[in-house]
Amino acid sequence: MASTAVTAPAYGGEYSGEQSGLWSWLSTVDHKRIGILYLYTSLFFFMFGGVEAIIIRAQLGAPNQHLVSAEFYNQLFTMHGTTMIFLAIMPLSAAFFNFLIPLQIGARDVAFPRLNAFSYWVYLFAGIFITIPIFFAVAPNGGWFGYAPLTTKPYSPGLNIDFWVIGLQILGISSLATAFNFLTTIINLRAPGMTLMRMPMFTWMAFVVQVLIVLAFPVITIALVFLLFDRFFGTNFYNTVSAGADPLLWQHLFWIFGHPEVYILVLPAFGLVSEVLPTHSKKPLFGYPVMVYSGILIAVLGFGVWAHHMFAVGMGPIADTFFGLTTMLIAIPTGVKIFNWIATMAQGSIRYTTAMLFGIGLVALFTIGGISGIMHASPPADLQQTDTYFIVAHFHYVLFGGSIMGIFAGIYHYFPKIMGRMMDEKLGLIHFWLTFIAMNLTFFPMHFSGMLGMPRRIYTYDAGQGWDLYNAMSTAGAMIFPIATLIFIYNFFKSRKRGEIAGSNPWGAGTLEWTIPSPPPEYNFAKIPTVTSRYPLWEGKEVDYECARINSQEGKTAADLGIVMPYSTIKPLLVALGLIIMFCGLIFARALIGVGAAFMIFSLYSWLLSPLEPEHH
Amino acid sequence: MTASATHVSAPAPHHYTTLGLDSRKIAIWAFIGSECMLFVSLISTYLIYKGRSIVGPFPHETWTDPATGRVLRPILNIPVTSASTFVLLMSSLFMVLALAAVQNKEKPKHTRGERILGNSKLWLWMTAIAGTTFLGFQAFEFTSFVHEGLTIRTNLFGSSFFTLTGFHGAHVTAGVLWLVTLLAIDYRRGLGSRDSLLVDIAALYWHFVDVIWIVIFTLVYLIK
Repeated sequence: MASTAVTAPAYGGEYSGEQSGLWSWLSTVDHKRIGILYLYTSLFFFMFGGVEAIIIRAQLGAPNQHLVSAEFYNQLFTMHGTTMIFLAIMPLSAAFFNFLIPLQIGARDVAFPRLNAFSYWVYLFAGIFITIPIFFAVAPNGGWFGYAPLTTKPYSPGLNIDFWVIGLQILGISSLATAFNFLTTIINLRAPGMTLMRMPMFTWMAFVVQVLIVLAFPVITIALVFLLFDRFFGTNFYNTVSAGADPLLWQHLFWIFGHPEVYILVLPAFGLVSEVLPTHSKKPLFGYPVMVYSGILIAVLGFGVWAHHMFAVGMGPIADTFFGLTTMLIAIPTGVKIFNWIATMAQGSIRYTTAMLFGIGLVALFTIGGISGIMHASPPADLQQTDTYFIVAHFHYVLFGGSIMGIFAGIYHYFPKIMGRMMDEKLGLIHFWLTFIAMNLTFFPMHFSGMLGMPRRIYTYDAGQGWDLYNAMSTAGAMIFPIATLIFIYNFFKSRKRGEIAGSNPWGAGTLEWTIPSPPPEYNFAKIPTVTSRYPLWEGKEVDYECARINSQEGKTAADLGIVMPYSTIKPLLVALGLIIMFCGLIFARALIGVGAAFMIFSLYSWLLSPLEPEHH
Repeated sequence: MTASATHVSAPAPHHYTTLGLDSRKIAIWAFIGSECMLFVSLISTYLIYKGRSIVGPFPHETWTDPATGRVLRPILNIPVTSASTFVLLMSSLFMVLALAAVQNKEKPKHTRGERILGNSKLWLWMTAIAGTTFLGFQAFEFTSFVHEGLTIRTNLFGSSFFTLTGFHGAHVTAGVLWLVTLLAIDYRRGLGSRDSLLVDIAALYWHFVDVIWIVIFTLVYLIK
């Protein structure tokens, strides 16, 4: 983006700077506003998935309950997983990618602002598409992993799986568009001097995640295409009965995507915590290069461990040994990260803010999840643990204890930057402790119920198998989450209106995003800074004072400064709408396919043929 | 990601980029990386299911239907597909010439040969026509297979073959539409050297689709 250019351009018309009104949100291409849209939408879906979880726990609170039917229970656990993974955690990460990456690398926006808006609208529409059916009890019911042949037409004849296949297919388009955009942004829009090894750790982990998305999502796209074709056109990809198809084809394709997906979910949280811990310990991140390499190594190894999800299918000793070993290897770079975070905190002047506590919470809880993970990396142990609540305990320690704790750390840490006001620390501490207690009370007993043989995905169980107490504990813990979350929501909206004014750098952090006003102006940086170190604000001798002064000015518009901003436009939303109409046609009326496709192509050409921003002379 | 075609086209000089390259060029490479995994998944599935169909027709072997006694010959027609492969390979050559013609648009042309080589419309047309010819071959191939009793539902070979080559055909179709769009711009206001990026990213996509076909032709048709 413009490095220093301050020649006054002659342009009228609207650009993305308009800050209020419904239309300004529908047509925005500003990465910060899209980030905020992502944040609100994904928090909504996070709560929706939470309500599903609470119904699940209420059902399992005591033996032989019939709060929900077995059939509806299947829909609940399927949608809980699908919602949390694809509609809550991934887009919560995307909210931070959007808001932070351009600020952290010193850019005015992402590489393709309109494609960015498109990603959000596709995500929103697909999220609605896949969520609505649960109100009519036709929600997907094959698990978030959708194992075929169970999900093929003969075994799942209803519309349930159709919604799942099509919904995930559309969400994949959104994720891929985001990934191309941010990959390009990080490679190509870094400010002068922002070398790869000076990038903030969040941007680094985001970069790794985009690579994972680019390489992993096409695989599930194809797995879903096969399932879609099997269900709609009668192909034989998963037809094991009459065509001799391989019953493991889906599992292999799914987990080649599915395991990297785990890192897609957790690495952004690792990145956020790598910003939070140094800031609140007043020390640079310990072992920065090793943190980078271990992140990359996790991603590389992540493509070589998928079959550890499949030990129970009997792949034979060679495959089991290979995948067991690669899985154990991945503990090394992950352990390195844990030790580096601890070393970052060691002898620092730690402030126990809410953000910091959530950050420390990640380090502690993810470690527990990591250790139980190494346990079932061993095939013989896995044969005992697989499909039991032990696994449920494991991945909730990883995804709640890892991803969600990290994301909350990020929310408390970056709220002042996003909204311009501080969150209430007292309420924040209550939120943290309630969440921390609820999390451990819910998921720790699952290790025991699992070890005692309680299978996953059963809707009820008989008394007297030794599981009753542990289930009662889990359910009691789960009931604390809504209280914690309501406190968070109250704090969020109260602080947004009446919180203490934050100023540009309330935490005394060291990276570029804290050099500009909070909330940042539409153009981010009045003058693109030249970067000379990893923590420009901490290494005083190297601060460019003139540049910092220009960038901390408030109340200047892009027009005042002569900065060219992209036009706001509704067209990405229209293309997303056409796309969703086209896919809806597969389920509701075939005629819609043509209508949607025509509308999409028309809007797409209209988008591509209109200029991104005013001509600059 | 073809980005704004008519108005903002050349990499705007006031936009600073880290690598000095237009972002669209990086994005298309990321896209191609992703597409590789897409085709790797399709091709792997085809190879895994190779020889595992319970009923014919088969790609390279004769099959006698035990119920009717009808003999089905190997279904792949290698000479015809070799011809269509040749056409598609030639299209990549035309694409290279089209890009060169756009890049050298403003250079003075003295000889007739230089004028022909510098005619971007001609080479874009040639590329698009070659692509369409390839699609025609594919339509012919698909219809004749259906007549010989192989549909997408017949067996594992039919499902994986039609899906794999159909996906490739869809990519060629998208490429032809892209070329036609470039032609429309060329006719409306003329493509000049400042537009070379637009043609460059289209060409990268086109060559990629071509390379994928070489892999498919080798693995599906040539290796028995």
